[in-house]
Amino acid sequence: MGTGSALKSGRKNGVIVPEQPGKSAIEVRGVRKVFGTGESQVAALDTVSVSIRENEFFTLLGPSGCGKTTLLRLIAGFDFPSAGEILLHGQDIAPLPPFKRPVNTVFQNYALFPHMTVAENIGFGLEMLGKPKAEVKARVAEMLKLVKMEALSGRRTSQISGGQQQRVALARALAPQPKVLLLDEPLSALDFKLRKEMQIELKRLQHETGITFIFVTHDQEEALTMSDRIAVMSSGRILQVGTPWDIYDKPAERFVADFIGETNFLTAAITGMANGKARATLKSGATIDATVAEGFQPKDNATVVVRPEHAKLTSGKGDLSGTVENIVYFGTDTHIHVRLDSSEAFTVRQQNTRSAGCGFERGDKVGISIGNDAAQVLRD
Amino acid sequence: MGSRFDIRRQTGFTAIAMICFFALYLPIITVVVYAFNAGSSIAIWEGVSLRWFYQAWNNNQVVDASIRSLQIASVAATIATIVATMAALATTRTKPYPGLGFKYAFINQPLMVPEIVTAVALLIFFSRIKIWTGYSGLGYLMAAHTAFCIPFAYLPIRARLENMDLTLEVAAADLYATPWKAFRRVTFPLLWPGILAGLMLAFVISLDDVVITEFVKSGGQDTLPTYMLGQFRRVITPEINAISTVFLLISILIVTVFFFISRKKDQE
Ligand SMILES: Nc1ncnc2c1ncn2[C@@H]1O[C@H](COP(=O)(O)OP(=O)(O)O)[C@@H](O)[C@H]1O
Ligand SMILES: [Mg+2]
Repeated sequence: MGTGSALKSGRKNGVIVPEQPGKSAIEVRGVRKVFGTGESQVAALDTVSVSIRENEFFTLLGPSGCGKTTLLRLIAGFDFPSAGEILLHGQDIAPLPPFKRPVNTVFQNYALFPHMTVAENIGFGLEMLGKPKAEVKARVAEMLKLVKMEALSGRRTSQISGGQQQRVALARALAPQPKVLLLDEPLSALDFKLRKEMQIELKRLQHETGITFIFVTHDQEEALTMSDRIAVMSSGRILQVGTPWDIYDKPAERFVADFIGETNFLTAAITGMANGKARATLKSGATIDATVAEGFQPKDNATVVVRPEHAKLTSGKGDLSGTVENIVYFGTDTHIHVRLDSSEAFTVRQQNTRSAGCGFERGDKVGISIGNDAAQVLRD
Repeated sequence: MGSRFDIRRQTGFTAIAMICFFALYLPIITVVVYAFNAGSSIAIWEGVSLRWFYQAWNNNQVVDASIRSLQIASVAATIATIVATMAALATTRTKPYPGLGFKYAFINQPLMVPEIVTAVALLIFFSRIKIWTGYSGLGYLMAAHTAFCIPFAYLPIRARLENMDLTLEVAAADLYATPWKAFRRVTFPLLWPGILAGLMLAFVISLDDVVITEFVKSGGQDTLPTYMLGQFRRVITPEINAISTVFLLISILIVTVFFFISRKKDQE
């Protein structure tokens, strides 16, 4: 990530907020976490470094088993790194047990205390901090209002719905005003409609409280819609950190490009590299402009990615040429699958208009033109 | 669903169930009924009376033995439950390690070693200590009862702990609860029904014990069961039935109280 994208990520809820360089809420430095011993050893985290800014909605995105929960547990203090260090506002928190870290967690199964009421659950953290009764009461009332649960404050947690339990879990974790809130796939147990509602709710809560959120999900769409920045993880490593735009438009590695959205992979020769840009000569012989992933090492067969909606199908000549193999109608758009003359597969996504058909038919010889700012060269 | 095996539909099920039911409860019902016998036989009915209850109540030996039984059971059940709670916490709040199975066996030893063997061993062991120290009070019985009550208290507590969601304790720690506070505010309240079950079970088991008590007790330390056993060697009167009936009533009371407490907890 260059400085350009750092500036872009200063955009928050549509407003440009001044970036304060070096102000990180959480700084993870070279953290490794190994489980087991000897033969059965697994590195759940393999030298992870990442810096999470203050007031940021930061998402850890990756498939199941990639180490997301492990990283959260290390930050919360439920587990300790095998190597590396974790700083909270510049201070090493390694020696602090979880009950001394100003960090709270929303657990995947909510982990609400079944023998307490909604209000008692929410007040628990403040009470443990030794706050006076009146202050706890006022803050609990405030939190109940924030998550719209005033009417149910006296209920047992077993007597409220899943979505309501989710709200209580959020309120309970937010009540002590932690520096950082950790959320481990908090929405995965909710049905589709409720999940959409809670996504908006979470964004609102983060905006209103100004607390740094570290949010874990394996759902790429959820990550793209909610996050200020995303870290894409795979097999215990962080592959790329960036804004949703960065991650989607400029994936650094094949895994990232593949995991997030649909994409086309092309083989190309790279020439004229300068300032993160280059010229890519495709197998068709056409040469297009491309941005280059950080850490790219010049090589013979580089991989270029082009998103299906960033390419245009023409009946004339384009940068690529091929034959239409299949057409799939999706309502808002149509996916046109093309077999290139180089025998690579390529999909174009074309916005639908109110007309019959997309203008192409199976078997048509077509050209594909790729826009000036549509191609990205991967580093692997 | 219709073709599923249903034991209630099998021929003879009702008959077998009734026989089992009567085999279990008929003797108890007989004991209770004859407690109210006006005559002095435990087999020939001569009309209703409470005389045997009065007689038992006025029998100093019965009263002494009852008080002794309750003392021993209270002390033994309390200590056993505390030890069992700590043992259960130590064996469930840890990753499995070599030797853990041995520890389970060690805690449950009284369930596996025949009671008569333990009784003889304790008799020999305690008689030595009695000679050395000169002390011959109820302490020996309390210690012996505590030992064999531990597994009975341990099992329900461990079952409760194993079913408990561990993330609740993690959540408490996350919300600034020190380990002690997390135990007091989260683990203990959730464990409470298990502890109560363990306590009741241990209490009843101690109250009921004959074999070990018979071997370990010094002169004049009869508990209610050993007193009753002694009575059988002489004339048997419905006084025994009256005592048994009161015993039964106390047991039912304990079980009922526990049932309501645990049901209330589970609703929460
Ligand atoms: N306590 C543990 N003991 C052994 N292996 C573990 C433990 N916790 C996690 N792992 C392993 O570490 C890897 C990462 O797990 P996790 O962080 O839970 O992944 P995610 O949350 O991304 O699904 C997995 O391969 C998992 O099997
Ligand atoms: Mg996980």
